[in-house]
Amino acid sequence: MTVRVQTEDFDLTTEVAALRAQNPKVGAVACFVGTVRDINEGEAVETMELEHYPGMTEKSLEAIIAAARERWPGTEVLIVHRVGKLMPLDQIVLVATTSKHRANAFASCEFVMDYLKTQAPFWKKEKTETGERWVDARVTDDEALARWGLESMNSKKN
Amino acid sequence: MKIQLKYFASVREALGRSDESVDVPEGIATVGDVRAWLRVRGGVWAETLAEGRALRMACNHVMTDAGTRITDGCEVAFFPPVTGG
Repeated sequence: MTVRVQTEDFDLTTEVAALRAQNPKVGAVACFVGTVRDINEGEAVETMELEHYPGMTEKSLEAIIAAARERWPGTEVLIVHRVGKLMPLDQIVLVATTSKHRANAFASCEFVMDYLKTQAPFWKKEKTETGERWVDARVTDDEALARWGLESMNSKKN
Repeated sequence: MKIQLKYFASVREALGRSDESVDVPEGIATVGDVRAWLRVRGGVWAETLAEGRALRMACNHVMTDAGTRITDGCEVAFFPPVTGG
């Protein structure tokens, strides 16, 4: 189980090589890389600043991996999430999963991302030509987690 | 009872601070009680921590709801819905 929160960029090839190194049982690797778009909500994005909750972030990502490994035993999961100032085209997050066969690799990768979007304490702030704004949570992200039978209250008023 | 408070993102900006140590009075037993107790400060506190707003809460690094009981020395955090990934 590997979790990293860092300001530096990451290299997909290096990360995947490390994840499956010396493990001949792996027959499938699935990866998701999230990147910074240059347009959000119809406005040009100049920069994006990512804040997180040190301590809780790592703990919540480890809990997400544990949940994935319980559903898909034998799966290995890597999460690398960047924080700090990012520009359009920059990489934000990497989730890589390994398994014997592709179905579990694909499913666990999607599950980890759906879970992360609503349960890991990261916040994005965008700078556009009209100023800075915190990115709003999406109801569709809560719905994505619901597909796995998990309830998310992330965007709900309370 | 002494507890640590942490605020993040838009909540941190609205309240003008990122953390503090507070001595909560008797009768403040849950995370929801702490939220209500902080609202008594008025102004941005009443507004930012008002009921009916999308506010996430954590106790000792675990996402929680208003009913979670606080313990001496625990760390309670308030922040907006998360938007990572």
